[in-house]
Amino acid sequence: MVAGVAYERTEGLLLVRLSGEWRLSSDRPAAEGFLPELAAQGIRRVSFDTSGLQGWDSVLLAFVSRLVTHCGAARVEVDRAQLPTGVQRLLELAEAVPERTEEVAPPRGGWLSRIGRWTYRWADVDLEFLTFLGQATLAAGKALVFRARFRRSDLAFHLQATGANALPIITLISLIVGLILAFVGALQLQQFGADIFIANLVGIAMLREMGALMTGIIMAGRTGAAFASELGTMKVTEEIDALVTFGIPPIEFLVLPRMIALCLMMPLLCTYANLLGILGGSIVGTLMGLSSELYWQQTLSALSLADLGVGLFKSAVYGILVAVSGCLRGMQASGSASAVGAAATSAVVTAIVAIIVADGLFAVVCNALGI
Amino acid sequence: MTGTAHIAVQDLTMAFGERVIQRAVTFEVARGAVFIIMGGSGSGKSTLLKHMLGLLEPAGGDVLYEGRSFTRAEPEERSRILRRVGVLYQRGALWSSMTLAENIALVLEEYTELTTEEIRELASLKLALVGLKGFEHYYPSEISGGMQKRAGLARAMALDPQILFFDEPSAGLDPVSSRRLDELILELSRSLGATVVVVTHELASLLAIGSDGVFLDGDSKTVIARGRPRDLLETCPDPRVQRFLRRGEARR
Repeated sequence: MVAGVAYERTEGLLLVRLSGEWRLSSDRPAAEGFLPELAAQGIRRVSFDTSGLQGWDSVLLAFVSRLVTHCGAARVEVDRAQLPTGVQRLLELAEAVPERTEEVAPPRGGWLSRIGRWTYRWADVDLEFLTFLGQATLAAGKALVFRARFRRSDLAFHLQATGANALPIITLISLIVGLILAFVGALQLQQFGADIFIANLVGIAMLREMGALMTGIIMAGRTGAAFASELGTMKVTEEIDALVTFGIPPIEFLVLPRMIALCLMMPLLCTYANLLGILGGSIVGTLMGLSSELYWQQTLSALSLADLGVGLFKSAVYGILVAVSGCLRGMQASGSASAVGAAATSAVVTAIVAIIVADGLFAVVCNALGI
Repeated sequence: MTGTAHIAVQDLTMAFGERVIQRAVTFEVARGAVFIIMGGSGSGKSTLLKHMLGLLEPAGGDVLYEGRSFTRAEPEERSRILRRVGVLYQRGALWSSMTLAENIALVLEEYTELTTEEIRELASLKLALVGLKGFEHYYPSEISGGMQKRAGLARAMALDPQILFFDEPSAGLDPVSSRRLDELILELSRSLGATVVVVTHELASLLAIGSDGVFLDGDSKTVIARGRPRDLLETCPDPRVQRFLRRGEARR
């Protein structure tokens, strides 16, 4: 069914004839046709004829309310008596509360002022970040002398959640990374008949770089996001407020066990990843016709304790980075479910960026120190 | 300053950035009062509560507990003051990773030298007081909203506080549970001799339990009436207060 409208002018009176089904699903005429009619000479009153109207919903309401607004602007009287009673009542309801004119949102302004506001916001965020970092450092200091207040069972829980429970994914990823490294290396080294050096390539790459880096990135996605969403939800449900008003510092109680757990577990996970990576390399080596004893001997001779140490130290640092960014973003979340999602996303991004930047710095420092 | 006020709020301005929520908020809460913070939705009642608890920093003014500034206090002094305060949050805010008993025990462990056995018994007792005996080992997600509220009340009273804050205690409860919670609040606070501050817009409850109060107005952004809710209903000339206390109906 199609909605229709026709206009009739008689001696200063404009009659709006509405017909058909005025529904969301039906085709309907635009309200623009009304304006030229209204602008015609000598119109003082507008009234309606709804005898042909078969059905209506909000669409008609919107149409009429638009007409009423136009008439108001043109100072033309509107006679609503012929409209369906429901439409009349709903219009009255819509007009009962005057439009809010007070400015709620700040004016958008030009691009210059937007940059200004953006800068101010960043300054705030940085201040929050530094405050958090300071509090976390103080709490870690307390933990060193065993005076921090958190539940030992929480620490045990997080040790398990960040450590043992992460083994399957670490196994899968590091094995595959080892395989890939060995395979790519083998293709090149075979050209020189230097197949055996696959062991050196995989061993050194895993120990110094890939072991720590891959564990760091896996933990950022796995644990960093979990920390952020846990703490974010606690913020939203006022659980963190409850801690504060009971005088229990959330940094010590919530952040510290997570930081300690990750910082302790990361080197262990990294060692495990190193072993699995070397195993992956040796699988490719064996497929290339090297004996596994030979591969193992070559790996041992290629590696030094310093390589292992560098990797483990890195992994502990990455652990702290992941924990800090996860907890920070969680604590910054506020208000809604979408804020928790945003916190988790932001935690992962922050952690990965921090890990990559830190890795770059480590490369420079190790080079300068000659290790 | 009368010297007897338990809590005093002086010329408090609350703002988020440049958006002012309330200004020039001044009132005193007498010892032992059941003090109601009234006002329409969005008038800043819960925000005021958060300022009184130090969860938000005021843009101006001061909050005093027993005549000593809370806003300007050092963190140690603040936690000393908060130690005598219990809070029931809007949604209970129980720590979801702990059982009900652990929720209460954590607070007791923090502040007392009791043995594990004593703490366990005390936690059970507190839960029994709010009618949750036998729910010690349930997690907050396993019980209903009304039970969470009551468990939150038990936790708020774990340390026998001198001041109890309630944020919308009847929000999300059916009329019967909400009435029972009101009675529980009154009974427990009377027997403890505690001062009670309640944020609510639940008419039946604020008229029934309030012995004093303030009325925050969201449009003029300040306090427009002070006094016992029942008296305000009878005598307050302000049409905004009358509209609120009579659910928008005209004065008889």
